[in-house]
Amino acid sequence: MTSGESVTVPASDRKRPHRLAVMLRSQMRNIAPFLTLICLFGFFAAASPSFATLDNLGNILTQISVTGIIAVGLTFVILCAEIDLSIAAIANVTGIAVAYFTLQESYVNIANVPMPGWAAILLALALCALLGLVNAFGLTVIGIPSFIMTLAMMQIAAGISALLVRGQIAYKVPPLVSTLGSTSIGGVPWIVIVAALMLLGGHLVLTYTRFGRYVYMVGGNREAAEYSGLNVKLILGSVMVISAVCAGIGGMLGVAHFGSAQQNEFDTYLLDSIAAVVVGGTSLFGGRGGIGNTIVGLFVLGVLNNGLDHVNIDSFLKILIRGLILLAALVINVYAQRLRERTAD
Amino acid sequence: MPVGLKPILELQEITKAFGGVEALRSVDFALSPGEIHGLVGENGAGKSTLMKIIAGVHADFSGRFILDGRETRFRSVRDAHAAGIAMVHQELSVAPDLSVAENVFLGNQPTNRFGFVQWRRMAREAGEQLKRFGIDVDPMSRLGDLPIGLQQLIEIARVLFSGARIIILDEPTSALSPPEVERLFATLKRLRDEGTSIVFISHFIEDILRVSDVVTVFRNGRKVAETRAADTNKPALIEAMIGHGREALEETYTHDIMLPPPAERPVVLNASGLSLARSLRDVSFDVRAGEVLGIYGFMGCGQLELARILFGKLKPDQGSLAIAGEQKAFRSTAGARRAGIAFVPESRRDMLFHQEPVYKNISISVLDRISSLLLKPSREREIAARQVDQLRIRPAAVELDLGMLSGGNQQKVALAKWLSYPPRLLVLCEPTRGMDVGAKDDVIHIVRDLRAKGLAVIVLSTEPETVLSLADRIIVLKRGAVVREFSNERISKDRLLEAA
Repeated sequence: MTSGESVTVPASDRKRPHRLAVMLRSQMRNIAPFLTLICLFGFFAAASPSFATLDNLGNILTQISVTGIIAVGLTFVILCAEIDLSIAAIANVTGIAVAYFTLQESYVNIANVPMPGWAAILLALALCALLGLVNAFGLTVIGIPSFIMTLAMMQIAAGISALLVRGQIAYKVPPLVSTLGSTSIGGVPWIVIVAALMLLGGHLVLTYTRFGRYVYMVGGNREAAEYSGLNVKLILGSVMVISAVCAGIGGMLGVAHFGSAQQNEFDTYLLDSIAAVVVGGTSLFGGRGGIGNTIVGLFVLGVLNNGLDHVNIDSFLKILIRGLILLAALVINVYAQRLRERTAD
Repeated sequence: MPVGLKPILELQEITKAFGGVEALRSVDFALSPGEIHGLVGENGAGKSTLMKIIAGVHADFSGRFILDGRETRFRSVRDAHAAGIAMVHQELSVAPDLSVAENVFLGNQPTNRFGFVQWRRMAREAGEQLKRFGIDVDPMSRLGDLPIGLQQLIEIARVLFSGARIIILDEPTSALSPPEVERLFATLKRLRDEGTSIVFISHFIEDILRVSDVVTVFRNGRKVAETRAADTNKPALIEAMIGHGREALEETYTHDIMLPPPAERPVVLNASGLSLARSLRDVSFDVRAGEVLGIYGFMGCGQLELARILFGKLKPDQGSLAIAGEQKAFRSTAGARRAGIAFVPESRRDMLFHQEPVYKNISISVLDRISSLLLKPSREREIAARQVDQLRIRPAAVELDLGMLSGGNQQKVALAKWLSYPPRLLVLCEPTRGMDVGAKDDVIHIVRDLRAKGLAVIVLSTEPETVLSLADRIIVLKRGAVVREFSNERISKDRLLEAA
């Protein structure tokens, strides 16, 4: 035991030689994604004259908006060391639901239930919140691991989507949704503004509220959170609902953005959202990271997807490259955790 | 020791250190064929360390290791197995999802010449072996479905019948009922008569005296006595374990302590008839304001479970808790905290956030008192700084990550988190385990201050010194039941050990 020694030796004297190294190591998880982003940006800017333009920056922002909205809630879940695999399916079913409750053109062969726009939006939000509650119930009350619980929910949500549209495509959504999803104000697409506001909101909640602190603490050491008298189940349940509602909002705006609501429309968003959160440096083991990391992760993915189009790469190779970058990010994630633990213990 | 027999195993001048702390200092140990060798000593005296060296768990030590007259050295548990040495560790290590038979033959199932497991033969042989041991279970039933004591017996059976010629048992009886202990002893004696050498570690000195041929006593990493069991008795062994008057620190604890008369203060917590599976049986007690209740017992006596029931982490099968006269059934630890109970578990790892700064570790339990929606970091730091100052946590930097602090200071942080808004009842598990003298002293003073402020405190420990130095009243738990209460009387370490 060294408590006697540490009284006599001030920490600053012992730590000084390593301070910079320690700081760099502990910030590894924030530095690495940012470096990745700068490298990717530099590479594409050099490789293609059409990449580093203001127009294209706008494209990238618009392209990452739906992912960004979904990733806000997922960040909460991953910070708690859980996972939500149902986000894309919940986004899809919420988008379909809002169209289902809106009057469609006569040629759309869906037995829909037209309602006023506000009612359609509220019902769709209620649906995604309810699915999130089911996730929360399975995870906290029954005790199903989130990986399995949300895997089941993925199927359930996809099943509801299928029943609602029955293989058809719906086009109309309430005016508010279509405004936010597909129009611009002063040259800035509304969907980018919504994504930015939601990311900002998520950041404020995580950083400045008591709930946000609890999320970090539960993710950092669940046992300790419980022994500190926190209601761990309530916090875990809440993040599952937050995740589902964020996914639902992303789904509604996404449908407006794409101009149609149909089955399997959001399938790629599951991997993209998880990738954005993890590539950004939020720890899969919980307790480390945040919305700032998610934003960097979103840009890494956005620049990568958009840039690969600009340099004219074989589209099949593109998928492989995305996979490799994700793998590299996971390696850094695990490695940064280990470095951090070594410095802390 | 049978005279004239050459020892099967001989250790000479064994020294082993963990990170600068010597766990064993130049220990000699010899084991004869066909003997049961009892080992006693307090926690941390070095018994388990020595046994783990014999079983190949610890490979780096200094000294000579002589097996069958030849110097040798195990590099792993596998080497020890190959040499015919097997050990039952203190913690249960079985595969609950496999069948009883598979557990008995774990790692060496009978196979035919194509490498397929011979299930029928395995089941038959496992059944026969267990029956010889007095256990009558279906060998194909799932092990996890059996009671814990039976699981422990089956684990012991696996080792006993593995064909090993040297068998080490570390606290094998802690979860066993008296008839099960009898069966175990009968089997040990039969194996001894067949020529097997057995080392038996236990805190239960009566057990040691009953079953052993030779008893060795350890204290502070040294062997302090070795005698024939027939030539000694319990008081003599306890005295050897504690070492009357030999070392200044221990002396302070071996003097009698006078427990004060019970205080006429309101009862803060009343526990009545708490029972939990095989861990606790009908445990009842009161704690009053301004009183420190010590709960003492050996490892596995049910303390850990009891503490977790008090903090709402485990639900008792039977029994009830009342806080200040009001019946409570906690549905979560959050409920217990709201009722004014604070809890410090025995392991710091389970209690603290190593990657977070000190101030967040301290403020976590009071956040809902100082902020409704938004955090108030400056208030948190202020509260933390006051606690750091009062508890003399060093270095006194609330921004430092907790992991940078020494163990003793981390333990103080674990206390500090509960003290900014004092609870009604503080439950402390092993509050001074692994601390140096200075830090122990600090913790003792902190607890006394809290008592003076009118808090009720429960201290649970397997270390007699901890309980003796803190408690006003002591209850002793043995195999899940209260066996003795010390109150308003003189008490010494010997008497406490004797009661357990």
